[in-house]
Amino acid sequence: METQTQTEKKETKAVMTKITGAEAVIRCLLAEGVDLVYGYPGGAIMPVYDELYKFRDQLHHVLTRHEQGATHAAQGYARTSGKVGVAIATSGPGATNFVTGIADAQIDSTPMVCITGQVGSHLLGSDAFQETDIIGISTPITKWNHQVTKAEDIPTILAKAFYIARSGRPGPVLIDITKDAQFGELDFKYSKCKGIRSYVPVPETDPKSLEEAVVLINKAKKPMIVFGQGVILGEAEEELKRFVEKSGIPAAWTILGLSALPTSHPLNVGMVGMHGNYGPNKLTNECDLLLAVGMRFDDRVTGNLQTYAKQAKIIHFEIDPAEVNKNVKADVAVMGNVKNTLNQILPLVKSDAYEAWVQEFKDHDAIEFDKVIKEELHPIKEGLSMGEVLRGINEETKGDAVIVSDVGQHQMIACRYAEFNKSKSNVTSGGLGTMGFALPAAIGAKMGAPEREVVAIIGDGGYQMTIQELGTIFQTRVPVKIVVLNNDFLGMVRQWQQLFFDKRYASTEMVNPDFVTIAKGYHIQAKRVAKREDLQEAIAEMIASKEPYFLEVCVEKENNVFPMIPTGASVSDIRLE
Amino acid sequence: MEKENFTISVYTENNIGLLNRISAIFLKRHINLDSMTASQSEIKDVFRFTIAVKVTEEQVKKIVGQIEKQIEVIRAFYHKEEDIIYQETALFKVASKLLFEERQIQNVIKNSNANIVTVTPEFFVLEKTGRRREVDALYHKLEPYGLMQFTRSGRIAVTKDKMHISTILEKFATETV
Ligand SMILES: Cc1ncc(C[n+]2csc(CCOP(=O)(O)OP(=O)(O)O)c2C)c(N)n1
Ligand SMILES: [Mg+2]
Repeated sequence: METQTQTEKKETKAVMTKITGAEAVIRCLLAEGVDLVYGYPGGAIMPVYDELYKFRDQLHHVLTRHEQGATHAAQGYARTSGKVGVAIATSGPGATNFVTGIADAQIDSTPMVCITGQVGSHLLGSDAFQETDIIGISTPITKWNHQVTKAEDIPTILAKAFYIARSGRPGPVLIDITKDAQFGELDFKYSKCKGIRSYVPVPETDPKSLEEAVVLINKAKKPMIVFGQGVILGEAEEELKRFVEKSGIPAAWTILGLSALPTSHPLNVGMVGMHGNYGPNKLTNECDLLLAVGMRFDDRVTGNLQTYAKQAKIIHFEIDPAEVNKNVKADVAVMGNVKNTLNQILPLVKSDAYEAWVQEFKDHDAIEFDKVIKEELHPIKEGLSMGEVLRGINEETKGDAVIVSDVGQHQMIACRYAEFNKSKSNVTSGGLGTMGFALPAAIGAKMGAPEREVVAIIGDGGYQMTIQELGTIFQTRVPVKIVVLNNDFLGMVRQWQQLFFDKRYASTEMVNPDFVTIAKGYHIQAKRVAKREDLQEAIAEMIASKEPYFLEVCVEKENNVFPMIPTGASVSDIRLE
Repeated sequence: MEKENFTISVYTENNIGLLNRISAIFLKRHINLDSMTASQSEIKDVFRFTIAVKVTEEQVKKIVGQIEKQIEVIRAFYHKEEDIIYQETALFKVASKLLFEERQIQNVIKNSNANIVTVTPEFFVLEKTGRRREVDALYHKLEPYGLMQFTRSGRIAVTKDKMHISTILEKFATETV
């Protein structure tokens, strides 16, 4: 039997071999536990692709049909798996096609490492073929970026990249590697990054802030929680649930917080924000204590800041110091990972039922149901509503599916009405609102959680922004279910035109192709439904399918999403019609 | 809230991309920098940016938060005027013949506490270090005679209080190993 030191020595020897920078890239990815990357080849990244070929048994590469698709797929993968998504592209246009996905990952705190090829270092600054200053371009939209010009720097830089992408408040990192660094040789030795001296991923929790928070919580008469994606990123779902159940405090969510607490939970009072629920929006301006848990007070959540929760004390549980007091002044800021801070606070909070207060949410729900929800879920009009499609999906998936939504009316309907039992189930582009996100993100979401049903809900507009990813689905046979809610309009923009621009429908009416034929062209099972009596059966068939499946639902053209807080209005001015 | 002059000190790792990252934070918010200088700091391999900016205290707090958030920034601080010792340097290039044609200029120079850096038959160069208003005062006195060239550096500043960067760095070192 070998002793420990012998084995260690052997291992060190085994990894201390001269290899190329390109091979080092692959070995770094493997060392980080990556087994799946998305990307698109080209001149400046060819050495890395050559190694991907050699390592194809250990590291699976998915060829998307556009680099933007690679970034969104990596995001979808990260969002359902909790791991870092990886995307690879060539220099110049390959790199610039990454920009939208990187910006999306930055604003939605998605851990992602993007690797781009770059022209040889001797050509940098010479306007060489496919040279683009992607470091300059991506600086404001990355958590960190770095250009590598020497092969020997690859291991340390990639180790840092993964550490930065996943630690603290996660985000995208871009590593640009010149072609000579890919060809150059190095002694490969990899050790994971454990810390960077100038970077504090998780700030310390001040015990005093916990005490102050407990005092405020225990004396509140009408407290309310608003939780965001911080709960999911911090894997604090159980802690949140226990906190909610012990304290009895009603909890609302931001669009990215959705699914952190089951939608059926009796104290889950719905979504805040522009198209959120009536109760939590109205009552934001009536509560006496607002507990913001892992959320950042986005303007689509707060509406007019001058009139946002002015009557309430605010406790902000947050990991990123720059978010505290950025938009809303916190009376108490509890810094740290919400998993820890909620855990510490749990034994100290009192149990209560807040019966009258919780009843207020229910009363508001009843009003919203009468004015909005009833007609959306059970329409009496002839045309199909988006809401009844979601209701149909809920019936088939029983709240166990991952729902990936694009951007527009269908997104708001999906987030308002989809039912979720499990966390990491709602994948949508929240902060950037990127049309074209859903189709490629669904591919990644399914690969990140292969055991789960993944249903993409997409508008006819956004679908056509990344429709070429049907090719990726065809090639990989990844069994995603695609639902296009076709209203032949850029519906959300049309809604604004109707409400705020006197129905001047400037460039929002779509002349659409035959989506079913297109899907069939990619050999994907496809169906179109336009009548209520055919809807449920079609959804059932789609969900039952073991293969990718495309379902187009022709919905009412000019429906609107309500409730709605008009831009610049106060949350309490939320409109029901 | 009133706008005030703030000086921001940023201690960073010596990284080429940081200048871009830091200035982008101001650009995005349409905040004009009065000046920005970068140099070695008192600690080996640690850089220091000194930024002068006129904003409200609330704004400067948020900006410092955003700057500190950058991975390679060790710490950022903001200071009010009374918390720091600060200076700027200006160079004035003046035609030498003025010394003879415009005798009063000699008095201006004598009273200005400026140094003569170089003299040639065609021109001489004055260096003036001090507060902005002192530099400005000299500028206004010399300007009527005609300046061949004028340039002024950004503000550099040290604080009256300790910055504790070394302690922070030591703490990082022990925590992360
Ligand atoms: C890339 C991009 N371009 C433009 C917009 C602005 N925008 C927001 S929603 C929307 C309409 C979306 O139409 P569609 O995909 O058909 O969805 P619907 O609202 O009809 O459900 C537009 C154009 C955007 N969010 N993203
Ligand atoms: Mg549409």
